[in-house]
Amino acid sequence: MNSKFSNNSQMNESDMNVHLKTIDFSIFYGDFEAVKKVNCDIYKKRVTAIIGPSGCGKSTLLRAMNRMNDLIPSCHVTGEINLDDVNLYNPKVDVVKVRKRIGMVFQKPNVFPKSIFDNVAYGPRLDGIRKKGDLEAIVEKSLKQAALWDEVKERLHKNAIGLSGGQQQRLCIARALAVKPEILLMDEPTSALDPKSTAKIENLIKELQDDYTIVIVTHNMQQAARISHLTAFMYEGVMVEYDDTQKIFTNPEKKETEDYITGRFG
Amino acid sequence: MRIETRKVLDKSFSALGVISIGLMIAFLVLILGPIVWKGSQAFIFSGTIEHRKLMFDHWDRGDKTQLNAELDVVEKVRKPVFEIFEAYELEVKGMPRKERGKRKKELKALKKLVEELVGPFPGERQPVLFRQRYGQTRWDRVQVKLDKILLKESWDYSDPDKGGIKVFKPRSEGFERTRMAELFSYIESNVEQMMRPKWTFYYQFITDSSLDSHIFGGIWPEFLGTLYLSIGAMIFAVPMGIFAAIYFCEYAKQGVVISFLRICISTLAGVPSIVFGLFGLAFFINTIQVSDSKSVLAGSLTLSLLVLPTIIRASEEAIQAVPSSYKEAALALGAGRWWTIVTIILPAALPGILTGIVICLGRAAGETAPIIFTAAVSVGKALKLDEVFTQPTPALPWNIYNLCTEHEAVDEIRHVQFGMVLALIMLVLVLNVGAIIIRAKVSKNLKV
Repeated sequence: MNSKFSNNSQMNESDMNVHLKTIDFSIFYGDFEAVKKVNCDIYKKRVTAIIGPSGCGKSTLLRAMNRMNDLIPSCHVTGEINLDDVNLYNPKVDVVKVRKRIGMVFQKPNVFPKSIFDNVAYGPRLDGIRKKGDLEAIVEKSLKQAALWDEVKERLHKNAIGLSGGQQQRLCIARALAVKPEILLMDEPTSALDPKSTAKIENLIKELQDDYTIVIVTHNMQQAARISHLTAFMYEGVMVEYDDTQKIFTNPEKKETEDYITGRFG
Repeated sequence: MRIETRKVLDKSFSALGVISIGLMIAFLVLILGPIVWKGSQAFIFSGTIEHRKLMFDHWDRGDKTQLNAELDVVEKVRKPVFEIFEAYELEVKGMPRKERGKRKKELKALKKLVEELVGPFPGERQPVLFRQRYGQTRWDRVQVKLDKILLKESWDYSDPDKGGIKVFKPRSEGFERTRMAELFSYIESNVEQMMRPKWTFYYQFITDSSLDSHIFGGIWPEFLGTLYLSIGAMIFAVPMGIFAAIYFCEYAKQGVVISFLRICISTLAGVPSIVFGLFGLAFFINTIQVSDSKSVLAGSLTLSLLVLPTIIRASEEAIQAVPSSYKEAALALGAGRWWTIVTIILPAALPGILTGIVICLGRAAGETAPIIFTAAVSVGKALKLDEVFTQPTPALPWNIYNLCTEHEAVDEIRHVQFGMVLALIMLVLVLNVGAIIIRAKVSKNLKV
């Protein structure tokens, strides 16, 4: 489904350039088609939420956007995902470079069992940044962006495992930001967190939306309504509806969407 | 199931657990207790003046003036013994010819026994065999030798139904009314002054070389040989094992070939060690000739093959136990596969890999069969580091067996045998404790 914007969209037309574009994109696990011919445009510096019941393929689609599905041997794809008009699945494309441009935050906070500093500096070090001063600057900036700096600046060299779940998740975000990605994919980033930490992450997403294109998969419809500009509803591998968040939640076109949003199933 | 039945089952299961753990501890104590007790006698024993003399002669240990003062005292006490022998020899010369021959034979045997106790008589040529240059160095052996002097072993065939019965008669019976008669009572009552036993802590037992195939001295050649062999085995096996495990877990396409290889590795782990020994001899020494004959290098290579399957399996399990979320996180940050392995997976798998290495280190240190063919000799000196490529070495496990079965004076060196066993156990224990400490330190940073 291509997106259609209603007239009362508050978006500025000049910002409406497409950042990531999927064309007839399907994902197969062996013979099983988990995602079916999805066409959607992800817009620059917008928060796009993907909602849908469990097993509808939303996480699979998200992970395909920075080729994390490569890890699963039985998985293969058809169609294209274009980042600035280059197909990510073109064999000539270096997957490492793709992942540097498209960062990812996972459902469970997966900090490395290293110090907070080393966690954030992991990406920059990959880029060959070795100077302590440079690394310190990047770490500080990333942690500030992730609204974690004030909480951890005294113990940067303590093990990150000692942080609380919410702090760990923000550290994961800081770690992803330190690579300076253009797009941030978030796979249910708050589902393992308490409401207070969730609120912090949501505020963080609102702050980050000015600089990054964010795609977030969430189970929590209120969350999608609160933080996203656009919302896609997926059901059984099909992208049923993709539109302005406001429109999806107030006046959906499809019956399935309405049923899901009003809580009749899912 | 009714709740009572469940309770009874529950209790009986935990009782079974407690019983088996108790049994295990009992057996452990039963096995280790005697080993530690007897092994410690190689280190802590009542040493005689001969021990102190030996230590001073060979390793310059001890205070010279004190030793000389002690030797003077001992000499005075021993002098009557030598005088008795001299007098008796004269007496024998005056005897009728018929009796003389028999007496001379007796005298020779007795002299030998006394020499074993106190060392060579003064004024005689230095014996060729090193072990005859000193008397008994240990008080417990002194008691044994004293008994041999005082009692004569003979066989009683008077009862035809029972065959021979061993009987001990006082040796003095044969020397009644001769000058020798007073010898036995003199030695018996003065043996302490003659030998001057003193509690000794011979901690150099580990680091002293052996003198005259372990009759005196320590076990350094064996100890060092075992260190060389086990560390050498690890030098080959650890990198190979870890790389193989990484390949199996991270690179290989899981399929029939890999499953088959895994089965092969498991089978390899179950191959008897003697087969590895023969293979080592046939392949490393005879075919590719890493050395002309047995050498530490060939032994290490053989041992490394022996422990390789265990290291691979342990490393594989450790790598697979690393949460895949770590890997995902690193990959999502743009890390390559190899970089992810080096910076994330291996550090997280390190405790498990270390455990495998330690188990294998202990196994390599204690393995006997592979080194019989490829590295071990019964007698040898401690090797220098550059000699390990060409020279064979004595090693603890092989020499424990060798000293217990093949040595010409098995009874005289019981303490060395048990000392070696204790040293081997302690070596493995120290390695284990070291690894446990490293592991604890590493995994403290890894707790999830």
